[in-house]
Amino acid sequence: MPARKSQTRKSVAQMTGAAVILKALQDQDVDVVFGYPGGAVLPIYDELFKTNAVRHILVRHEQAAVHAAEGYARSTGKTGVVLVTSGPGATNAVTGLTDALMDSIPVVCLTGQVPTHLIGNDAFQEADTTGITRPCTKHNYLVKHSEDLADVMHEAFYVAANGRPGPVVIDLPKDILFADAPYFSPKNVRPCAYKPQVKGDRGSLERAVELIANAKRPIFYGGGGLINSGPRASELFTEFVRLTGYPATLTLMGLGALPASDRHFLGMLGMHGTYEANLAMHNADVMVNIGARFDDRVTGRLDAFSPKAAKIHVDIDPSSINKNVYVDLPIIGDAETVLEEMLQIWKEKGCRTDGAALAEWWDHIDVWRDRKCLSFTQKEKIIKPQYAIKRLFEMTRDRDVYITTEVGQHQMWAAQYFGFEEPHRWMTSGGLGTMGYGLPSAMGAQAADPGSPVIDIAGEASFLMNMQELSTISQYKLPVKAFIVNNQWMGMVRQWQELIHGGRYSESYTDSLPDFIGLAEAFGGVGLIAECVDDLDRVINEMINTDNFVLADIRVAQEENCFPMIPSGAAHYEMLMGPEDRAGHKTSDQGLVLV
Amino acid sequence: MSSDNGQSECPHIIAVLVDNEPGVLARVIGLFSGRGYNIESLTVSEVDVARGLSRITVVTSGTEMVIEQIKAQLGRLVPVHDVHDLTIEGPHLERELALIKIKNSGDSRIEALRLADMFRARAIDSTLESFVFELTGSPRKINAFIDLMVALGEIEVCRGGVVSIARGAKLDMPMSVDVSR
Repeated sequence: MPARKSQTRKSVAQMTGAAVILKALQDQDVDVVFGYPGGAVLPIYDELFKTNAVRHILVRHEQAAVHAAEGYARSTGKTGVVLVTSGPGATNAVTGLTDALMDSIPVVCLTGQVPTHLIGNDAFQEADTTGITRPCTKHNYLVKHSEDLADVMHEAFYVAANGRPGPVVIDLPKDILFADAPYFSPKNVRPCAYKPQVKGDRGSLERAVELIANAKRPIFYGGGGLINSGPRASELFTEFVRLTGYPATLTLMGLGALPASDRHFLGMLGMHGTYEANLAMHNADVMVNIGARFDDRVTGRLDAFSPKAAKIHVDIDPSSINKNVYVDLPIIGDAETVLEEMLQIWKEKGCRTDGAALAEWWDHIDVWRDRKCLSFTQKEKIIKPQYAIKRLFEMTRDRDVYITTEVGQHQMWAAQYFGFEEPHRWMTSGGLGTMGYGLPSAMGAQAADPGSPVIDIAGEASFLMNMQELSTISQYKLPVKAFIVNNQWMGMVRQWQELIHGGRYSESYTDSLPDFIGLAEAFGGVGLIAECVDDLDRVINEMINTDNFVLADIRVAQEENCFPMIPSGAAHYEMLMGPEDRAGHKTSDQGLVLV
Repeated sequence: MSSDNGQSECPHIIAVLVDNEPGVLARVIGLFSGRGYNIESLTVSEVDVARGLSRITVVTSGTEMVIEQIKAQLGRLVPVHDVHDLTIEGPHLERELALIKIKNSGDSRIEALRLADMFRARAIDSTLESFVFELTGSPRKINAFIDLMVALGEIEVCRGGVVSIARGAKLDMPMSVDVSR
């Protein structure tokens, strides 16, 4: 293919490809890059050294670089940037890229590549990076002509952040980095075919508002799209919920879009969501989904999912519409813009809710709320994991805390017991469920905001998956706190083995754990341990008041399970509320094959 | 408010206008294989040199919900400019080119030639024991011709896949006017 035509535009200057990259990063307002050098990207590292234009954080594994960029992106709302070398650098980044794709996180990942004349020759550290990353990125580029480089750089940032955000890879052959290349500023780039629809269709919006106003048993169901759209979307969502007085639930990805303390908030929904949220979804007559994608963790058994509701679905990605669940009124657009438009129509038309029906609906919900599905008793000396997280929440309430998690039981408990008052404070691997996400993600969030407390609520098994990053954390003096909810099991695996596989605990015990205090100290940090309930508050206090990074080993009850739970293949109304509920339940054959 | 269980599957011809850039076909095919959609036929060629655009014609089948999903998934690929479902958008033409080699002798040879004439297939190569026929038409017509040839000798088939365009004066994907041509 010939190089794209660029004769008609005036370039700023001719420079090397590597210089174009650095200039583009500066013009894209990038303040930090997470990376790891190698042969194919040496010219970029050289340029970085000479210009000192962008802060670079040297990670210890490329997967962590992408998770750190995700943590940075999710806590700031900006695009995270990664720089890795060819071959193993790129393949190591694949898990992070897939994670960012599944959770719609804007990331630009620069990968080195062997020089163009060697591509396809099985050269040293060569991998077909664009081939490998095609299914796990929103888009990717292989730059074969240096005159395309500036355009590709800017377009990548545009594609990553606009529409439904996602990761974008730019594969950079080494000869391109040395070659002369023209530089174009972001204002002067060639036009891009990708133009997502942002504004909702007026007619659909009016019908939606009418449906919402006439609802008898309404529910708002908000997702990660609210967070991705920017803080204003969460404000408008909160305004709409309060204006109507309707109940609202949020997905794992949406936590923080409505303050957890708001009385309209029913908690998270789905597999480990609250009883009231799931029953409200099941019995609703109008469902307003804004920026959520009817994920299988949320819907449970599809044929029994919210059978009576007329469904409104607002999503910026047309392919999310009618993918899992058929909806009555789809609206394609950005959450912020659509909410703004809906609120405006609501006010213009002087809409009113059906007060009597709403009061009756809330009466039902209050009965479900009174089941207190998240209650637990902390009687014995041994710390209940739920209690540990609840205390962590209560003791950090007066601070602006950023929370990341790993994946498993601790993640669900964090979602259940940690209340988020604002968006961009909660970073967890939802779609891909990547163990090892939390520590590097916390690192990225901390790099973006060195002054605020960043806590990785971790499980001991997940923590081990990316613990090499303690070295990075130590080097850059990032005061990340790892709150390790240590039950010595891969807890969620153990829970499923207990519930579904007859208690045959195959390979789910985390044997040979390190001494976490010793581990922290080995990297120059502080290690703490809470072995019984009397230690807990002291350890949390010490942890949050330490300027250094901290590993807090919280020894918790080993056999505790995460409830409530919709077993796989079951419907929202078939929740297990606790261990005593288990006797009567048997997972269906269809449920057994589900993950 | 029901899922699409029990809905029937029917074939759809989908036209996709894409940037003619490396990897674009892999992107489209990868989408089909990665998400478990069928490809019954696929053709691709550059159709607009000035703008560097290729047109992909995919014949796929699925329930209505799946077909909508396929179009939405195609539409959100960055190098995709336009997606048209010719099957539901109105009357359209559907053509395929096939080259069919038949090896036989005696009366079967004469019969093959006679049938070819009826189907308006042209013999474009001939030896004393073989013909190569060139045939254009709907896939159904080509299937019918192949079924007849099978009975008359050993055959080898090469088909180009379906190309399709809407009837009438409306241009779904107009080509740009290149003044330099």
